[in-house]
Amino acid sequence: MGHRVVGTAVPRKEARAKVTGLAEYVDDICLPGMLHGATVRSTIPHGRIRQIRFGDGVPWDEFTIVTARDIPGKNVVSLIVEDQPYLADGVVHHSQEPILLLAHRDKDLLAKARQLVHVEYEPLPAVFDVEKGSHFKTFLIEKGNVDNVWSEAAFIVEGEYSTGAQEQLYIEPNGMLASVDADGGITVRGSMQCPFYVHKALMSLFALPIEKIRVIQQETGGAFGGKEEYPSMIAGHAALLAWKSGKPVKIIYDREEDMAATTKRHPSRTRHRTAVSRDGRLLGMDIEFVIDGGAYATLSSVVLSRGTIHAAGPYRCDNIRVRSTAVATNTPPHGAFRGFGAPQSLFALERHMNKMARTVGLTPDEFRRRNLLRQGDTTATGQEIKDAIDLPALQERALTLAGYREKIERFERLNRTSTRKKGIGFATFLHGAGFTGSGERNLQSVVELEATPEGRVRILTSMTEMGQGTNTILAQIAAETLGIDYDCIDVPRPDTSRVPNSGPTVASRTAMVIGNLVHKAALALKQDGGTRVKVQYQEPPGIYWDDEKYRGEAYGAYSFATYVAEVTVDTLTGEIGVDDFVAVQEVGRVLHPVLAAGQIEGGVAQGIGYALYEKVIWRDGVMANNQLTNYIIPTSVDVPPIRVFFEEIPYAHGAMGAKGIGELPMDGPAPAILNAVENALGIPFDRLPLLPEDVLAARSAA
Amino acid sequence: MRRFSFTVNGKQTAVETYPMKRLLDVLREDLGLHGTKEGCGEGECGACSVILDGDLVNSCLIPAIAAENATICTIEGVSNHPIQDAFIEVGGAQCGICTPGMILASIHLLSREPHPTVEQIREGLAGNLCRCTGYTKIVAAVEKAAQSLS
Amino acid sequence: MRSCVPDYDAVSTQDISAALDLLASGEGWRPIAGGTDLMVLFNAGKMPYSRLFSICSIPILRSIEMLPNEVIIGAAVTYTQIRRHELIQAEFPLLATAASWTGGIANQNRGTLGGNIVNASPAADSSPALLVYDAELTLLSKRGERRIPYRNFHIGYKQMQILPDELLYQIRLPRHSAKLVQYSRKVGTRRAQAISKVSLAAASRLERAAIQDIRIAAGSVAPIPLRCYRTEQLLTGQSMTSDLIERARETIRSEISPLSDIRSAEDYRSLVTANLLQEYLESLR
Repeated sequence: MGHRVVGTAVPRKEARAKVTGLAEYVDDICLPGMLHGATVRSTIPHGRIRQIRFGDGVPWDEFTIVTARDIPGKNVVSLIVEDQPYLADGVVHHSQEPILLLAHRDKDLLAKARQLVHVEYEPLPAVFDVEKGSHFKTFLIEKGNVDNVWSEAAFIVEGEYSTGAQEQLYIEPNGMLASVDADGGITVRGSMQCPFYVHKALMSLFALPIEKIRVIQQETGGAFGGKEEYPSMIAGHAALLAWKSGKPVKIIYDREEDMAATTKRHPSRTRHRTAVSRDGRLLGMDIEFVIDGGAYATLSSVVLSRGTIHAAGPYRCDNIRVRSTAVATNTPPHGAFRGFGAPQSLFALERHMNKMARTVGLTPDEFRRRNLLRQGDTTATGQEIKDAIDLPALQERALTLAGYREKIERFERLNRTSTRKKGIGFATFLHGAGFTGSGERNLQSVVELEATPEGRVRILTSMTEMGQGTNTILAQIAAETLGIDYDCIDVPRPDTSRVPNSGPTVASRTAMVIGNLVHKAALALKQDGGTRVKVQYQEPPGIYWDDEKYRGEAYGAYSFATYVAEVTVDTLTGEIGVDDFVAVQEVGRVLHPVLAAGQIEGGVAQGIGYALYEKVIWRDGVMANNQLTNYIIPTSVDVPPIRVFFEEIPYAHGAMGAKGIGELPMDGPAPAILNAVENALGIPFDRLPLLPEDVLAARSAA
Repeated sequence: MRRFSFTVNGKQTAVETYPMKRLLDVLREDLGLHGTKEGCGEGECGACSVILDGDLVNSCLIPAIAAENATICTIEGVSNHPIQDAFIEVGGAQCGICTPGMILASIHLLSREPHPTVEQIREGLAGNLCRCTGYTKIVAAVEKAAQSLS
Repeated sequence: MRSCVPDYDAVSTQDISAALDLLASGEGWRPIAGGTDLMVLFNAGKMPYSRLFSICSIPILRSIEMLPNEVIIGAAVTYTQIRRHELIQAEFPLLATAASWTGGIANQNRGTLGGNIVNASPAADSSPALLVYDAELTLLSKRGERRIPYRNFHIGYKQMQILPDELLYQIRLPRHSAKLVQYSRKVGTRRAQAISKVSLAAASRLERAAIQDIRIAAGSVAPIPLRCYRTEQLLTGQSMTSDLIERARETIRSEISPLSDIRSAEDYRSLVTANLLQEYLESLR
């Protein structure tokens, strides 16, 4: 005992490289003979390609040109459904769909050439309305019998809530550098979250075996889900150009292209119909949840799954039905973004809770208190809450820290005579960590530890560092378990030829699931005294999941939170400022206090953007405001100090007790802020983002 | 193409390039200084910030002709500065892509306001976007560095 | 980066006469100052000029001169210089404030007052203040010098009273000794580094509770930065009452012609303009 590393604020493993500008991102690498690559994309949302012309002005014979015809393997990006091509073959299904690739030694000539490729189309009708599109996927969750509750309900409350697309806006755009070896193997380096997803995709694209593809994750400048699945596409493109030209090829998107062409958070629409008893208990919840998937399925089924499972939130109700659908439209496919369906359905729920509270005549906190899950209760999927969690106490602590009740009263008085109205609101929510149901079991994640003769230990996993602290926390866990110095642990960058497949860096699984495997591997290394150990994931006992009925233990563990937002609404301009933000969460175990708080603070800032600033303007199925000057994310003067507090009820199957926290902070801010705005103005707003224009329009109408 | 001279990180340097080549690209491609990053090409994100003749500027908006004979400081020219230690200690860097620009902006701010208020820090950094941190720990790092320097 | 760099030429001019020679040459040379507008276009592959001459090394264009009756600001003076200038802060606070609104610190260090003017965006941050202060522009060419009141400079969306061989040289602000009640406010897409959705600047003085010498200028609500003459006329010589405020609101809303665009909506801009005007007028009660 005595060697404490976990729970202390050790310096981030790559911190010095990052503060000195030495950290190596993909665009920092150049290889001899390297070409630059660019993508020619569709300018219409749906149509047949009639002709491609190459205009005068550049020496085309110097260019490497790749079309669908050149693809040696399958022209399909492997993911879940085989529907998305790397390059359009005759038909385009969304604006910005890749059609053709170009490469040249000279970046300037390449820029010119790209403008000289003219594609002629025969346009086809395009669908942008989720009511009209075909369905990628549907889910149905049923608990009890929701059809029987309406007659006994004292109140029946309906509501409709919607959320817009959100761009992940990692400050480092997507980029890949591909090269072909003398023996025909392909190596790709780049910005990514999941090296083995890219590896699998390239195997299929080139019809090459495992050992002929090598994928290396470079330092990644932010991802947030935006580099979960998309990298397979850009890696495939760079690799195709490298393969055809015989030279290394680097493709780096500029911001305009990255915003218009790559994935965004799925827009959503949720309808609630809820039966409530006289004393404010939820008798039955009938929920309909729809997301816009864009033109190809990509990850829509999984986003839908998570959004569906979270739709009834942290509340106790015996009769729940959630019907959900992911719909195809002719827009660039939507994809993973921190929260992954839960921010959408939890926004709807937490706004609806306030509506129900008002209808019943209870305060928002009392209404929730009467319905929050307690230990022993079951969720919508019938999962029993095993943690000794006291959600009413958690909620109450957040409200106390925020000065909630005193402010409710004080703001009500102040607002009578001021044009700047203050409000305070909150949301209580949960987020499941790890892959859903049997997902972790199916991943069969592997972790290896290697002890070197010099007394150092290397952790070999495919988990990627993208700022959230992977390298640091895994090193902390290993160091403490082995009883050696944190500084003696190395976490080499994930290289598929050197590390085992530990699964993707998504779903808030790194700390909880892989950290736990690192812990087990370290114990084995310590006990067996060898130089190498390999451990594979084993599902904890008691996880039962029915994939057909969508019932059972959806997640190994949930983290729980209450977030409180204080706002000022300027009624002259409709501008909304967030003045104070309190975030209280129960997360199992805080592995690193600075990194954990950093995750919450960053997620809250993204949530503030989601709520108040980040609107994607669609014109004919493409993002029209694809510049940072017109797609607004918060600056340092738009974000208040964020006050973060943790509670810890150790989770037995999480690393040193840790549960996942990466995505949790995305779920709370938007509903908390809109609840606060309703408190300030007495007007409900049920769509995200909420812009000043919406505020003034509603006040004029009221 | 012709010869353009600059002083970069204290060293006299010259490159053979075009007058409209962006200073950002001169630094990264001609001088091999990769610490300055491109995040947007619009002068909005600040990832390309450098110090030119004592002023914080966005190098993606500066053509070589406008930087000719200037004295330029990039992140590579910053070493052992309290702001770097503060960023490490307090958690001011997560993914790190905004960090070089953020550090230069912080140094620029502290050179003008040695004891900045929180408002002044936030205003001074408003041209440097960060998507990871929510700014809380960046502000704390600047406060800490200000204390160390005084 | 979408432009083909070798296709562009750029030189630096060290004095005015070299600049004017290039403009008169008929070879398509155009001036570039801080680059915070032109280089954004360049990066997007949309800059319409292929030959640029930098005017940032011409000392007279970078200088601010104080005379007894006027302040003369060189066209290439940066926002930072304006922000820091004590006399401008004291006597022309609306301009100093506008300079603090534009971009972040890095863009303020490069962006220039002249660049803001000739970029001719109706959303330009400095324009309402310049209109309120009755700025006068000096344009230079090889043919000589020409002065034009700023209020007459913009004649249509992105159309200005400047000839292809003319260089914006100086901006003159007449000094005043009157005690003015001044106001400016910008409503942007966020609190910092934002393009204006609506902006309003105003100044007037009160003479025995009656409004005199009132100037009101609005940004982002017309094809050009707009002096609101009819609203000024309505208010001149009047004392503030609720009824007058109501009429002033109606009048300004009828004078402006805002659009719906990528940043905001027509009715929002109209309503907020009136609200900002009211905010100013309430301070004159």
